[in-house]
Amino acid sequence: MTLRVNDLKVYYQTLRGDVHALDGVTFDLADGEIMGLAGESGCGKTTLGKSLIRLDSRMRHVGGTIELDGKDVPIADDNAMVPLRYHEISLIPQYAMSALNPTRKIGRMVDELLRARGVRPADVADELRRRLELVGLDPDVLNRFPIELSGGMKQRVVMVISTLLDPSLLIADEVTSALDVSTQRAVAESMVEFRDRGYVKSMIFVTHDISLVYQMADTIMVMYAGHVVEKAPAGTVINEPRHPYTQMLIGALPEVGTTTVQGRLEGIPGTPPGLLDPPTGCRFKDRCPMAFSKCSEQPPLVEIEPGHWAACWKTG
Amino acid sequence: MWRYIGRKLFVYLLTFIVAVTINWMIPRFMPGDPVRSMLSRAQVSDPEALERMTNYYNDVFGLDTPLHQQYLSFWSGLFRGDLGISTMLYPEPVLDIILRSVPYTLGLLLPAIILSWIVGNRFGAFAARSKVLDNTVLPVGYVLTATPYMWLALLLAWSLGIIAGIFPVAGGYSFSLRPEFSWLFISDLLAHWFLPFLSLFIVALGGWAIGMRNMIIYELEADYANYLQALGAPRKLIRRYAFRNAMLPQITGLAVQLGTLIAGALLTEIVFNYPGLGTLILSSLNSRDFFLLQGIFLFVVVGVLVANFIIDIVYVLIDPRTRVQMTGGSS
Repeated sequence: MTLRVNDLKVYYQTLRGDVHALDGVTFDLADGEIMGLAGESGCGKTTLGKSLIRLDSRMRHVGGTIELDGKDVPIADDNAMVPLRYHEISLIPQYAMSALNPTRKIGRMVDELLRARGVRPADVADELRRRLELVGLDPDVLNRFPIELSGGMKQRVVMVISTLLDPSLLIADEVTSALDVSTQRAVAESMVEFRDRGYVKSMIFVTHDISLVYQMADTIMVMYAGHVVEKAPAGTVINEPRHPYTQMLIGALPEVGTTTVQGRLEGIPGTPPGLLDPPTGCRFKDRCPMAFSKCSEQPPLVEIEPGHWAACWKTG
Repeated sequence: MWRYIGRKLFVYLLTFIVAVTINWMIPRFMPGDPVRSMLSRAQVSDPEALERMTNYYNDVFGLDTPLHQQYLSFWSGLFRGDLGISTMLYPEPVLDIILRSVPYTLGLLLPAIILSWIVGNRFGAFAARSKVLDNTVLPVGYVLTATPYMWLALLLAWSLGIIAGIFPVAGGYSFSLRPEFSWLFISDLLAHWFLPFLSLFIVALGGWAIGMRNMIIYELEADYANYLQALGAPRKLIRRYAFRNAMLPQITGLAVQLGTLIAGALLTEIVFNYPGLGTLILSSLNSRDFFLLQGIFLFVVVGVLVANFIIDIVYVLIDPRTRVQMTGGSS
């Protein structure tokens, strides 16, 4: 097991009280696994991604543990996290387009970052060039300023920088969201290639684009309102989802060949609950057509078949 | 790059021509007749002598020719370095009077601008580090930057000059001394220089510190800073990047602030009766000395334009984003 997250609770502190963005998240990530993390806006997927590498000043670790390669990840202690960052856990941020210092040449910035992390830039210089070529970039980009690169190029540069030290876990947060469809495909393919070549051991791919994640991920985990609702191999989630929320989410995706004549796509009526004061029991019960009396208790996340986890009283 | 500089030079040249023209117009369309005020000072009562003297002076200053001819001869004089003759200190050439005052103004302005900019930036960046510093430095900065130049100058002159008696409060040097290159004269010069310098420095300092503090906080929240933090980069590296990037708007700010600083210097000079251009402007205004006023404004305009041009060039050298736009990319 590479990563084991157990009952993780991370709240945002606001003036009106704690926002329960992650309220008991439990999952495992195997070696070499690419896990797609899906869910609608505000379900806690970005918070989960950030929690694994760096809590920002408003986030507070309330409970739960994280283990990476058998070692504890002290996410509440910012200083103790520093040795793990970049070396063991790395991040491709949501804002990869603006993640590079605009007034430094890219190569110089990388050198300064490496030196600050105790790595001799000369030791990885060849590897850096090789990987840039692998994602289809001329190593000459290192002599350029970020403004001279297109959005897709910057995205790929950040991808190479983030994975340069062969981290155990890579968190890719909405990396394809700002790209056009053809570039999305190329980026997704290079991510898989990076895993195959062992540049990263395992990966959490945060996205709201289920069809993209279906093509590249091994497993998909679906979150709803700070809870994990279902985790299963990608094919299972798309073809035989068990949790009502996942079923409705997949049902809202268009399929190739269907037209509006054959029927309008149905969305999920209603909106997710506010997480400032979340409802008790199953958080989906107000929007769920199958809800019954037992749903006022929180359903546990149980393994309904090998590798397929779901949190619903109807599936247990 | 050279095309960019050429284009900038052209714009500055246009600005210069317009500024000089306005500069020539203002005193001429101002109410009051300089020749008459000169004559009234001479207290001539005989009307015939008055008539003759008026004609003589009009001829000397070229005030009897049509306006367009005055304008053209003004330009041709300008290129010969001839700014005319002062009426206030007749018959001294304007250029000599101005050149006598320019060192004082430059000696006051340059250190005040540069030091306040450097110290203010350092101080602001430092203040952005901790809450305690931020909460103390920021209000002080706001008070300083809102302080009127002459008020602070008066306050300093009164407290350090008159009450404490440490520094002289008026003049460029003691009247008992003669300008020479000796320790006595130079120390006296410095003592007279200190208070006007201090008041300019303090007022400008607050503004720079506030600007820098805000920019640093903004830069530390920027995406690249977050990314570096997520990758475990030390605060030192992130702060260095933030400081450098926060400097860029401050350099633009310097160009914008130059005009204000010069205006502030005028008031400060007047308060301390410092023999720079500010005091000269006041006295030439009081005695309706067109030529002198015109000449001083010309110097101020040229000074501001040159300073702005230098900042434009510096900006291109330090900000790769403008540099890339200028050269159309290196690819």
